[in-house]
Amino acid sequence: MAWWEVLVQQTINGLTRGAVFALIALGYTMVYGIIELINFAHGDVFMLGLFVSLAWFTLLGATQTLTGWQLVTVLPLVFLLTMLTTAVLNVAIDRAAYRPLRRSTRLAPLITAIGVSFMLENVALLWKGPAPIAYPDVFPSVDILREWFGVDSAIFVTTKDLLVVGATIPLMLALHYFVSRTTWGKAMRATAQDRETAEAMGINVERTILMTFFIGGALAGAAGLIQGMYYNIGQWWMGYQAGLRAFTAAVLGGIGNMAGAALGGFFIGFLSAWSDQYISARWTNAIVFAILILVLVFRPHGLMGERTPEKV
Amino acid sequence: MLELTDVHTYYGNIRALRGISLSVAPGEIVTLIGANGAGKTTTLRTILGTARARHGTVRFNGHQLDTLTTDRIVRLGIAQSPEGRRIFPRMTVLENLELGAFARPDRAAIAPDLDRVFTLFPRLSERSAQTGGTLSGGEQQMLAIGRALMARPALLLLDEPSMGLSPILVDTIFRIIQDINRQGTTILLVEQNARMALRVAHRGYVMQTGRIVLHDAAAALLRSDLVRKTYLGEK
Ligand SMILES: Nc1ncnc2c1ncn2[C@@H]1O[C@H](COP(=O)(O)OP(=O)(O)OP(=O)(O)O)[C@@H](O)[C@H]1O
Ligand SMILES: [Mg+2]
Repeated sequence: MAWWEVLVQQTINGLTRGAVFALIALGYTMVYGIIELINFAHGDVFMLGLFVSLAWFTLLGATQTLTGWQLVTVLPLVFLLTMLTTAVLNVAIDRAAYRPLRRSTRLAPLITAIGVSFMLENVALLWKGPAPIAYPDVFPSVDILREWFGVDSAIFVTTKDLLVVGATIPLMLALHYFVSRTTWGKAMRATAQDRETAEAMGINVERTILMTFFIGGALAGAAGLIQGMYYNIGQWWMGYQAGLRAFTAAVLGGIGNMAGAALGGFFIGFLSAWSDQYISARWTNAIVFAILILVLVFRPHGLMGERTPEKV
Repeated sequence: MLELTDVHTYYGNIRALRGISLSVAPGEIVTLIGANGAGKTTTLRTILGTARARHGTVRFNGHQLDTLTTDRIVRLGIAQSPEGRRIFPRMTVLENLELGAFARPDRAAIAPDLDRVFTLFPRLSERSAQTGGTLSGGEQQMLAIGRALMARPALLLLDEPSMGLSPILVDTIFRIIQDINRQGTTILLVEQNARMALRVAHRGYVMQTGRIVLHDAAAALLRSDLVRKTYLGEK
């Protein structure tokens, strides 16, 4: 491979990774925007999303590569079911673990979130065991350049890459529409900006928080499903690393800022892919955390340059 | 319509209200005056449920407000223009106004009310696409009042609506307060500008350190020694 082919390949790789980080980062940033909680359990909801999606494929008897009409029936159905499951799970976590602490210090729910994270990881450990789980190759993988365009290139772009982009972008657009145009989306932004005044507008703040956890959970579930179909592997601790990277993405974009979280996710995606290639995969986590610390120290409002971050 | 009986409200150990009783009848403008820290804002917050009474009751049209959540209280027909304006800074003027109407069941009547607010405050209409945080202080005050009007409340709580406005605008605001009152909105008005407040109000209450020390018809309060010395700055 020529040097530029490696660069292009790693950039495509970074784009697909980044899409997953971005979906997870949105959940972090939305929850932070509305209740100022860094939900450490969020990465684990993503991890469970992968296993839950596998369970739905299995239940529907679709563990072979999907073909033809299955791609437009089974696949959207599994997206829906997975997102619904993790959305309800995320709401349940809030109700059981965070809501009782709503009026306590900020430290209490934060520590609880770490506890919830351990709990979810151990649930996965009991459910699936410690070894990596093979995720069936449900999505057909076609070498696009070679088979569709007849180009003989060292660069490898598959239909799976299209899937990642094709699923992530519509989800983000839908979220953007919801938050900027709908009444409840506006209620969410209002609650994030000034909770007491939002209440005084007649907004049911608890319902708004519920909605935020629901949406964040749904996006994490979609990310888990995408991750499974793309990499064909899952393991109980994978939410930890993905969660920390997505959290870094959210901080980079200015925590509470939704557009920032999406961009931050793609940025961390590119960065980690390039770092794996040009430095060493062993250094990637260290580099991501160095960035996290640098941003927290020098630009605590994120790289988007706003003094007051656009929350939610 | 509104009735507070022996209301005590605390912030931690701070006794902000030490047994407040007051009432507002339908169609009235009632004003609450008093020095800084007397508990006027706390009284409004206790009515709306954003602060909670430890003792005493708050009743509104047969509902006991101290047992309801704020969003339910708002849905009973109470709206507020809060102290310090509390505009949503990263939402547009139009979105702020729409949020004022958030709890209204009669969605169809919102458009005419938006027109009414824009007629009252043409400045807001010019700036409808601008974010709230970029408005001047006076413009934000207009927006806070406009936002409360968008709820078309039965009872309107105004916390220092004249704050930060130029003298001409203060006159305008007080005229608007009288207009919306004549159109059927009951008003509880908290003001530093005691003279103006007592001129538009029917009745008034005077607060000192968490207690009501005097209440009477507004015209009588304007003549009372205590009010003239302490709040109107006369000798
Ligand atoms: N959030 C709070 N926490 C603690 N104490 C508070 C809080 N809000 C108000 N107080 C205290 O309660 C008392 C009453 O305050 P309040 O805001 O009701 O006064 P006010 O009459 O509205 O004054 P002003 O005219 O300055 O607005 C004051 O002593 C104030 O320091
Ligand atoms: Mg006050």
